[in-house]
Parts: sequence; C-alpha cells; structure tokens
Amino acid sequence: MSITVNHISKSYKNVKALEDISFEVKEGELFGLIGPDGAGKTTLFRILTTLLIANEGTATVAGFDVVTDYKKIRNSVGYMPGRFSLYQDLTVEENLNFFATIFGTTIEENYELIKEIYVQIEPFKDRRAGKLSGGMKQKLALCCALIHKPKVLFLDEPTTGVDPVSRKEFWEMLKRLQKKGITILVSTPYMDEAALCDRIALIQDGKILQIDTPQAIVKHYPKQIYNVRANNTYQLLNSLNAYRHNHSVFPFGEFVHYTDSRADFNPKDLVDYLESKNLSNIEIEKTEPTIEDTFMELAK
Amino acid sequence: MNNNNVIEAQDLTKMFGDFTAVNAISFEVKKGEIFGFLGANGAGKTTAMKMLIGISKPTAGKAKVAGFDVYKQAEDIKKNIGYMSQKFALYDDLTVKENITFFGGIYGLSRKRIKEKSKLLIKELGLEEVENQLVGSLPLGWKQKLSFSVSLLHDPKIVFLDEPTGGVDPITRRQFWEMIYKAASEGTTVFVTTHYMDEAEYCDRVSIMVNGKIEALDTPKNLKQQFNVANMNDVFLKLARG
Repeated sequence: MSITVNHISKSYKNVKALEDISFEVKEGELFGLIGPDGAGKTTLFRILTTLLIANEGTATVAGFDVVTDYKKIRNSVGYMPGRFSLYQDLTVEENLNFFATIFGTTIEENYELIKEIYVQIEPFKDRRAGKLSGGMKQKLALCCALIHKPKVLFLDEPTTGVDPVSRKEFWEMLKRLQKKGITILVSTPYMDEAALCDRIALIQDGKILQIDTPQAIVKHYPKQIYNVRANNTYQLLNSLNAYRHNHSVFPFGEFVHYTDSRADFNPKDLVDYLESKNLSNIEIEKTEPTIEDTFMELAK
Repeated sequence: MNNNNVIEAQDLTKMFGDFTAVNAISFEVKKGEIFGFLGANGAGKTTAMKMLIGISKPTAGKAKVAGFDVYKQAEDIKKNIGYMSQKFALYDDLTVKENITFFGGIYGLSRKRIKEKSKLLIKELGLEEVENQLVGSLPLGWKQKLSFSVSLLHDPKIVFLDEPTGGVDPITRRQFWEMIYKAASEGTTVFVTTHYMDEAEYCDRVSIMVNGKIEALDTPKNLKQQFNVANMNDVFLKLARG
C-alpha cells in the first residue's frame, strides 16, 4: 500500500475537521478525494504530508509512519497545496532550482519526469513566478512538486477556479504521471473529475460518505432518475419541489433531475400534475445517475 | 438606450500598454435576463466586468449599464448595481445581522428599511438561529447565499456575480441557482461568470470570450446546435482555445 489511513480524527477547538477516516491507496493508483470546501480535504492532506498531527488514528505514506518517520516521508512525497506557495519573487527557473537543491538533486537529473510540463513554461523561465498566469503557475508548482522524483504525489485542489480546457489538460498530465509509476492522491470539488480517477472517496463534513471506483459508485444509486424539462425552468423547479411524491429535485444542466418516492411511479402522473401547474412542452425521460447525483443523495 | 436593455456595450476595449485585454466587444443584456459570461482564465472576463461595474475606465468604445454611461456616470452605476465575488464576500468578524445592517447603510437604505429587509432576508435564508453569529463561523455555502442576498439589498436593476459558486457543495450550488432564478423572475438582471458548465446551461443566454473577443453569444440550445455538440462543456472546449 502506498497510503494507509486508520481511524484518523482531527478537531480544531470545537470543530471536527475529520471524523474517523480510514482508507488505503494502492501503489500506482490515482485516488480522488471528492468534496466541497470545508469537507476536511486539506486537513487530511496536511496530516499525510506530516505538516499536522492527528488527534487520533494512524497513517503511513510510502511505508513510513506520518509521526515517527516524518523526515523520510518528506523526502518521498511531492505536495502541491491549494494555495500557490512558490516564491513569487524568484523566476520560474530559480524556483525549480531552489526546490531541486533542497531535495539534494538537480533539474538535469530528473528532467525526464517534468519535461513534458516544463517545456510549456520554459519560454518564460526568466519571468518571476508572481507574474505568471494562473495556468502557468499551476504547471510550475507541479514541476516543483515533482523535481525530486517523489513516490507519492499530493495535489490539493489543483484545478479549483481553473477553466474547463485547462482542467482537461491538467488531468491528461496526471494520467501520464501515473503511467510513470507515481501514486497520486488528488482532491477536487468538481464532480466530473471524479470519473477520471481509479477510485474515489466522497467526503463531506469530515466524514467519508463512500469509497469505490467511480463506476461502482454510480451503480449503487438507489433510484431511477428522470430528466425533466419544460418551457419555464424556474416554475418547473417550484412545481416539482411542491409535488408531494418527490424524493429529490435538482437542476442539472438543461434538465431537472427528478426521483420519485413511490415504487410504482408513472411519469404520466407527473406530466398531468405539471400541466395543471400551467407548464408546457413537458419532457420526461429516464437517465443514468452521475457521481454528482450520488454525492447529493448521500449528502442529503 | 433601449429601455429593455440593462447593459449595452459597443466596441468596448481595454488596453494595458500594447496588450489588448478586451478587444472591441459588443453585446446587450435584457431586463430580467440571466446572462452567462464565460471564457478561459485570462480571456478578459474580469477586465470586461470591471469596466461594466464602473471601476475601470475603458480605453475605447461605449457602454451603458443600468442606464448610466461607464465613462461619465461610474458613481451612479455603482449605486444601481449589485456585485458579489467569490473572494470578497462579507465581513467575517461581523455577525449576520451586522453585515446586513452595514451593507444596507453603505447602500443608503433608511434604518427602518434595513430592519425590514434584514428580517425578511434572514427568514428567507433560514438563518434565524445564526443571525447573531459571526459570519466567519458559517459554512461557505451559507456565506455565499447570504452574500448574494446582501448584494440585492438595495434592489439593484442588475447584479454581477463573479464565480459565485466556486468550491461550494453541489446541493448548495443548486440552491444558489434557485435564488438566481427567483431574482430574475422578479425582474432583476443577472450577469454571472462560472467555470461549471452545467451552470452555463441554466443561463438564458451565454457569451464565450476568447483572447479578449466575444467569439460566441446565444442561448445554450442554439450554441449546442451551432457547434453540433451535446452539452455546453463541449461548446466551451471547441471554442476556448481558438
């Protein structure tokens, strides 16, 4: 196992940030922690990267205990925190050199690992890190986290606030790093990114809601979901929320995802009801659940 | 200016030195419309928005917001719009009630009106139990909903929302959009940026900026048809890198 987490709990004053968290990440796995702001993802990252000590429980990373062997862990992991934490006043190249030196290596020694990412920012290597665009900062931070060839890579919300195109490119990059044998633990609030992980843990309010492959998580969704659409989305939402047989009502892109509380639900009844609420162009059809549907069902 | 338009921009341009951040964009936003303002990081969205809310002077072009000229009447614009961003929300060290009172005062509402609004708003958001708690102790999703309500305190004609739902959990994100729908149904125009492409689908019309220019502007339905793809994410992927 590359990462093991056993019954970890952590509180700040009277706020429980993590409550009895346990999971394992296999060697070479791309594992996702999926949950919103405040779920406890960053606290967990800080415990695993030995920057914070848990109140209860134990954890190992790359075979080392996070408390007793913390120095060995620091040499074997790369950590990209959520907030940009490189030196703004050093240039791109200086930052990279700095991190290589700290870990007793050189850019040349591990260039192969970062090459693909670094070539994209190399034209700006003399620019100060503080003057880079968001996407370029992110690439530099990833290079710095990789320069000592870590066994395990921790990425805390690397794509938050990043546009869909850059997000897609970032995930393609992660997949290639994974092929080079690096174990990756990544957190994200974007549910669509969950599908790109080998396994995921859905986390909210310091608790793990579910751990499985994205495919299995979706499969376990307990209800039939219907895509519902009508001429006026706001009225449609209000009407569905007021419908006494509803189990869940969530806007979902161009549709509203609707589940019914009855076992013998007939969509025709819902059409009649919506028509009685003066809605028109009503469409109702079955659809498959997504990770986000599952998350909302579990978090309700 | 057409009475039904809350924003009219014509060839609006902003240059920093010889870099053109916003390149002659033209568009209109109608009263009560939910207008999605999309684009990749660095495409010029924030710069364009800053000109529209009266805090950055354009280099060239024309624009009117809520009936006021962005060059000559920037102060009137500020009084007649609401603004909320992901970063600056409310004062963490003030309570829910204090924040509402403070912003009500800034917007020039009477004490009586602030009291009424405060009561109504706290009730609508279901914040009765935490009204005397510091805002800093609330979950992000609650803060964002409160922040949105505060930006509507002075009944502005239009509200600008800059990535209001970033990092917010999926259920609260949807409650937030129900609030947007409600505001729009009551006649408030909503101008919103987001990186969630499912949220782009909730907008009446969407514009996509690429390298300082508006490369597409239409209803989500028409954009999907035009680019022959199934969802807004694919429209964005096709366009955003030129």
